[in-house]
Amino acid sequence: MNIHEYQGKEILRKYGVTVPNGKVAFSPEEAVKVAKELGSNVIVVKAQIHAGGRGKAGGVKIAKNLEEVRTYAKELLGKILVTHQTGPEGKEVKRLYIEEGSDISKEYYLSFVLDRATSRVTLMGSEEGGMDIEEVAEHSPEKIFKEVIDPVTGLLPFQARRMAFNMNIPAKLVNKAAKLMLGLYEAFVDKDASILEINPLVVTGSEEVVALDAKFNFDANGLYRHKDIVELRDYDEEDPKEIEASKYDLSYISLDGNIGCMVNGAGLAMATMDTISYYGGKPANFLDVGGGATAEKVTEAFKIILSDPNVKGIFVNIFGGIMKCDVIAQGVITAAKEVGLEVPLVVRLEGTNVGLGKELLNASGLNIVAADSMADGAEKIVELVG
Amino acid sequence: MSVYINEDTKVIVQGITGETALFHTKQMLEYGTKIVAGVTPGKGGQVIEGVPVFNTVEDAVKVTGANVSVIYVPAPFAADAIMEAVDAELDLTICITEHIPVLDMVKVKRYMEGKKTRLVGPNCPGVISADECKIGIMPGYIHTKGHVGVVSRSGTLTYEAVHQLTQAGIGQSTAVGIGGDPVNGTNFIDVLSEFNNDPETYAVVMIGEIGGTAEEEAAEWIKANMTKPVVGFIGGQTAPPGKRMGHAGAIISGGKGTAKDKIKAMNEAGIEVAPTPSVIGETLIKVIKEKGLYEQCKTH
Repeated sequence: MNIHEYQGKEILRKYGVTVPNGKVAFSPEEAVKVAKELGSNVIVVKAQIHAGGRGKAGGVKIAKNLEEVRTYAKELLGKILVTHQTGPEGKEVKRLYIEEGSDISKEYYLSFVLDRATSRVTLMGSEEGGMDIEEVAEHSPEKIFKEVIDPVTGLLPFQARRMAFNMNIPAKLVNKAAKLMLGLYEAFVDKDASILEINPLVVTGSEEVVALDAKFNFDANGLYRHKDIVELRDYDEEDPKEIEASKYDLSYISLDGNIGCMVNGAGLAMATMDTISYYGGKPANFLDVGGGATAEKVTEAFKIILSDPNVKGIFVNIFGGIMKCDVIAQGVITAAKEVGLEVPLVVRLEGTNVGLGKELLNASGLNIVAADSMADGAEKIVELVG
Repeated sequence: MSVYINEDTKVIVQGITGETALFHTKQMLEYGTKIVAGVTPGKGGQVIEGVPVFNTVEDAVKVTGANVSVIYVPAPFAADAIMEAVDAELDLTICITEHIPVLDMVKVKRYMEGKKTRLVGPNCPGVISADECKIGIMPGYIHTKGHVGVVSRSGTLTYEAVHQLTQAGIGQSTAVGIGGDPVNGTNFIDVLSEFNNDPETYAVVMIGEIGGTAEEEAAEWIKANMTKPVVGFIGGQTAPPGKRMGHAGAIISGGKGTAKDKIKAMNEAGIEVAPTPSVIGETLIKVIKEKGLYEQCKTH
């Protein structure tokens, strides 16, 4: 789960991490009011969307007076920002972050991520701040430093200092930078984050070390123990179908094709998309109904697939292990009857209770095309959709 | 012969009183798995499906001499259950539970350092040595005893591959689901090296998916060490970058973890990669025919 920059900075403040003063605004009037309160000579008006690259896309404006704050706020609110992370359709700006300007001496990069190779949280830092870390990794990998963190001790002060020295942070500010890193790590672990990226981290003219941006990503599996984080979820930033799916604990991702897919298991769901593509079709979604699905969950999954107007046919591909075929069959039948299915439906069932499942489908009186295998099913649905 | 588990394996079911665990305990017993104990704290003394229930793994081991456990405990308590199995010095613990917070698994991995227990999973279908022992949630009937080892990050895709092999008359030695999480107990290389050393395994199917670099590392290892033919498949070839495809581990991020890179690394290591999941079986057969292993692998 992602949150906005202003929400991320709010969390960081609680962990003693220095961030510039600022507040969220939903209208130009509010923006001006916040700017007045901040009383700074330079005010930064920042578009709040769940995507990086806002600066380059024109989503960050520097205002020198309140009138400029109003002008920029008007300009940004309602604007569709297209960054390299939003896709070509872009994202509409509905919130602004109004922040005091910082007197930047130099920009750096810091992040905490999970390193799969070591199964540890890793601190990454570089003196090349303000640009994509992938770019830095490409042209000057020697400028990226790493500290692997032992979960028993947490990030150790000497590791944080070593990182600060490696990043060439001015010697007299190394302790300040180290303290900031320790605060970031604490926030990361406390909140079950999966990514915490500060880009840029800056050293200011008044010799402060400040997190100028904050990008948090949270582990979906950890959210059950963080009600405060769940409350920060911004539904405007997500696909309505994905929101609906998450209510039923379904793993659904919208894609731009026309063949709806319902599969159990993430690997098989991906493979089903691959197979549909192989036969020349285009999947409309990724959907893993998961292991413990009930007939009700399957019904909801079906409705979500059909709420996509692009869907011209559905392929249900189930290989039951923990998931029983009869449960899937019952869900499919209920859903098809409830929503009045009008598009072709191809069903492939295999695995636990497969006999029961097939009997239910046959007895349902519904127009269901049975498939013998994943390839057979994919070929059939591609043909039926045309 | 088989790897990790066989007909002598004595199994504890952790969380046996849960609905899912009960269903699969019955299925495992029907398959012939020697389930000797269950563990649910507070329910010690009960007998379920003829299996005695204990309050702790330690007690269960003491009384029954079990050497392996399977975990169906809900996600918030699963990390603790794994560590309890490790503390009881089991040879192997297989964690089926999905949705365990990744930072819990970071702690588990740290706790396991220097200890004897192997962890398979979490978020995996389990391990099966056909006709000997089935531990997990996979449908037993699709497996046939034989000589092809299967290792996979995905549960249902493992079933798909095994099913194809069985239908084509190719049996399996052991099928191991290592799970789709970014932090797990057993990786491809661990299982590949077991298969390499197992005299009854003649060839291997390795099924990966997008995200991370485990397949690339496995390919390197295969190139340097593997004496048996390996065929592969990578799921998620058409998945868009930046979208997490269900498995916490399955995401293409920062240009890393693409199917293309993985297939390239595998091809370079001499691994034939099936173009679609439907031809994993066919691809294996083609390769074992080339290597003159087909007759030996064929189930008679």
